[in-house]
Amino acid sequence: MIANYGYKDGSGDFFISIDTDKCIACEDKPCLEACPIKILEKFADDYDDEVVGVKEEHRKKIKYSCAECKPASGERNLACQKVCQPGAIEHSW
Amino acid sequence: MAEVKEYWRWKEYNWKNPDINWQDAAVITAGIDVGSVSSQAVIMCDGELYAFSNMRTGSDSPNSALNAINWAMADTGLTQKNIHFTVGTGYGRVNVPFADRAITEIACHARGANYMYGPTVRTILDMGGQDCKAIHCNEKGKVISFIMNDKCAAGTGRGMEVFANLLGVSIEEVGERSLQVDEEPGPVSSTCVVFAKTEATGLLRSGWSTEKVLAAYCSAMAHRVVSLLERIGMEEDFAITGGIAKNVGVVSRLEKELGVKALKTRHDTQIAGAIGGALFAKALVEKGKK
Ligand code: SF4
Ligand code: SF4
Repeated sequence: MIANYGYKDGSGDFFISIDTDKCIACEDKPCLEACPIKILEKFADDYDDEVVGVKEEHRKKIKYSCAECKPASGERNLACQKVCQPGAIEHSW
Repeated sequence: MAEVKEYWRWKEYNWKNPDINWQDAAVITAGIDVGSVSSQAVIMCDGELYAFSNMRTGSDSPNSALNAINWAMADTGLTQKNIHFTVGTGYGRVNVPFADRAITEIACHARGANYMYGPTVRTILDMGGQDCKAIHCNEKGKVISFIMNDKCAAGTGRGMEVFANLLGVSIEEVGERSLQVDEEPGPVSSTCVVFAKTEATGLLRSGWSTEKVLAAYCSAMAHRVVSLLERIGMEEDFAITGGIAKNVGVVSRLEKELGVKALKTRHDTQIAGAIGGALFAKALVEKGKK
């Protein structure tokens, strides 16, 4: 399943998409530890598969939650993407 | 004192299938969808729709869930003891005290739409009370992808209720009235319901008819959800669930913008989530989860 977490507002689209089919097979789930803000969490989805998603409290402010990794200028360091070998995480901005 | 008309108020009701006798059923399940604006309880006998209620959500979720199931069971002779498994869904799903399990409204709407519209449905737009979701599913109603926008009330049932009250038009007439314009106006520019309200008041003052303002608002709502759909893509067949699916003014503009016709159903579009919940409940009984 491709789960899109985030929002759209007047300033743009701010979504993190996670291909949860890849998370099922990913045993260590390194993204959880790698994210400095601990935005991601592990849970059993509606079909009882163990997957990763964005915590509820970050979904409506994801642009700001991820700001540390995505400064307005300079190098971006998306730790979640770097450690995700299967390439399950994408950011819309 | 003069009675204050509540233009936002939509019809609350319950229904029972006269062709089903629940005493003949092997598996009786329930789905309770407690949304921010409305609550529905659906009871299914062996996976067929037996009874439901559709009402406004009260001040707390547990009571709303209880009122909904009691109203769905009214005059059936059923009690909660006869129900083998109950799934809670929607915004208040974790606050359904008698639910055996909570399942997200995303999964429940996909499963419910599969039942209501058939296995050809691939894209579902759920326009609920406080949020809007676009979902892709397979022929079994399993979610393939989803996107949700719940950051503000614009483009939602609550936003439409606020507008109905502001313009003094019954919520059930908003759609039809919005189509009574000679020329389609541009959408209201604001995506925020608070600013859209201010903008609408200004337009009325400047001489716009109520119908024209409604047309502009329905158009803005349609436009807003189209952009959400664009993010995950449109795959036919296409269906709309939730209360806004009953608003012909939004649906027809949406269809026009998308260039796609939405499927029709004989079922109430507001009960899709609760139907999905009851179907999940049946599958869980069959898996021996209770
Ligand atoms: S590292 Fe990638 S595949 Fe593994 S759990 Fe995290 S997002 Fe999923
Ligand atoms: S971009 Fe940074 S803060 Fe955002 S989820 Fe990835 S690692 Fe966490």
